[in-house]
Amino acid sequence: MDLKFLDFEQPLAELEAKIKELRNVEFDNDINISDAIRQLEDRSRALAESIFSNLSDWQISQLSRHPGRPYTLDYIEHIMTDFHELHGDRAYADDPAIVCGLARLDKQPVMVIGHQKGRDTKEKIYRNFGMPRPEGYRKALRVMKMAERFKIPVICLIDTPGAYPGIGAEERGQSEAIARNLFEMAKLRTPIICTIIGEGGSGGALAIGVGDRLIMLEYSIYSVISPEGCASILWKSAEKSQLAAEAMGITSDRIREQGFLDEVVREPLGGGHRNFKIIALNLKEALIRHLSELKRQPIDELLDNRYRRIMNFGVFSEEAGK
Amino acid sequence: MSWFEKLLPKTIRTEGSSKKGAVPEGLWTKCPSCNAILYNIELERNLSVCPKCEHHMRISARMRLNIFLDEEGREEIGKNIKPVDPLKFKDSKKYKDRIIQAQKQTKENDALVVMKGRLKGDDIVVAAFDFKFMGGSMGSVVGERFVRGVNKSVELGVPFIVFTSSGGARMQESLYSLFQMAKTSAVLTRLADAGLPYISFMTDPTMGGVSASLAMLGDINAAEPNALIGFAGPRVIEQTVREKLPEGFQRSEFLQEHGAIDMIIDRREIRDKMHSILTMLMAGILEVPLLVDPIPEAVIAENVVELHSDQE
Repeated sequence: MDLKFLDFEQPLAELEAKIKELRNVEFDNDINISDAIRQLEDRSRALAESIFSNLSDWQISQLSRHPGRPYTLDYIEHIMTDFHELHGDRAYADDPAIVCGLARLDKQPVMVIGHQKGRDTKEKIYRNFGMPRPEGYRKALRVMKMAERFKIPVICLIDTPGAYPGIGAEERGQSEAIARNLFEMAKLRTPIICTIIGEGGSGGALAIGVGDRLIMLEYSIYSVISPEGCASILWKSAEKSQLAAEAMGITSDRIREQGFLDEVVREPLGGGHRNFKIIALNLKEALIRHLSELKRQPIDELLDNRYRRIMNFGVFSEEAGK
Repeated sequence: MSWFEKLLPKTIRTEGSSKKGAVPEGLWTKCPSCNAILYNIELERNLSVCPKCEHHMRISARMRLNIFLDEEGREEIGKNIKPVDPLKFKDSKKYKDRIIQAQKQTKENDALVVMKGRLKGDDIVVAAFDFKFMGGSMGSVVGERFVRGVNKSVELGVPFIVFTSSGGARMQESLYSLFQMAKTSAVLTRLADAGLPYISFMTDPTMGGVSASLAMLGDINAAEPNALIGFAGPRVIEQTVREKLPEGFQRSEFLQEHGAIDMIIDRREIRDKMHSILTMLMAGILEVPLLVDPIPEAVIAENVVELHSDQE
């Protein structure tokens, strides 16, 4: 079993391995079996289509955390140019779980902020599995303020299991760091576009997730608590994560139905990890389009719209009178 | 079931007779901290603070507002805002049923009660969480009532105070709940723009999404003694870091030591202290018209005298 593939991707993995093998045979022996290969490729595509046209919410959750999924730095590499990373919160430390920096998107300067996960074990630990500590959020706020001062739009790429639940993080005010960002982002005088590129894990995601646009990649999730956490509290068993994922409605399609999204960016067949270039191109196109819309709005109007958008969050009933 | 009950035919067995609910309620309370048996009337007179060990017991939103506000001039805000179930959420129980159960148990419609009222004669808007209502969890109703309360403060030009007691965001409303963190934090920018004081008073417990939004944004962050306050729950942290948590971790005293809160106030002194602080914070605001339209010195002197006499 190939660990780079999820369990429901295994049939696909096997087929692809076979195709690769045949190609090698063809190359080594100089015989023509290209028809056979093409047939297998067609079968592989059909199989992928049938698997991916009918994904459960839980399978999408797994895809959002796929070990091969593109991360923030991959998107920066594919979408932007002239990236200069900015480090540190100027008070305590630099948090590698969030990367910030100046870059150009379609030649325009932007401030990009994103959670960063690691590929191999060493980097995973270095990035703390994409779980920021307070200094990460304070670094993000520092560069947002800088973007405001220099009239540069902010692009946030969200991909975290959540803010880090650690002793030091609590000591240094994890709650305050998140709360402060929510407060400041509500009135930051520059356009903000937030995109969920993988896992949108609760307050740790929202802390760089308040803005003028909310975009989700097709196989990303966004939730108030992880399916595992929800299951262990409400069902008293982490094994009920599938049920929890469905009950909370955390996929891009379900969240669009709830009215929170401006756009769902489609992913290549089989998910973004199958083709970084296509998913990056799709996202780039969406970001440029939304950015030009936002830049056309006078700043006070932009802020009024943002405020109204935030105040509209929530559903309740209200009877008139007493 | 005891052997005797097993002998009885089903029809004459009295259900629940062995449960602890059979003990009559209302006369005595056992202090959860020092186990002292306390006479309820005396305990209530002491604002539910154990007279033996000073333990501050959790109290309802109504009682909180009752002991904080003057008796006159109270008016509830957002009372008609009621919860709905947007996701048709169901775990072992339906969310709808959980709401009804919590409403019966607490006699409240949701976990936040907001009131316009007076503190020693001065107008103020106060919000209080009810922990007994689904763990004081923040969903759409809590967020909307909080917003209405803050807007009322801005409209009247008076301070806003919240007493928090909450496990965090309400899972059953999923993203709607999460976004209440953004909503309650955003409305506070309006209070700040209006130059009005916001006091966050954290009581046991204040965790998760409530802690990481409205609770930590006070001009003054205060807490009751020994309240549990933090982002992640102690159990989650222990499982993550796999070491024992330090003594007093995430308690009010720990937070003050680490610079997260300004002060710890005994429940019996909250009214006096808050009034003293608010009169000072509001002094500048009340003087604003003076800069525009000078008023004779005698009137200013009178104002000053009034402010001082209010503080006693």
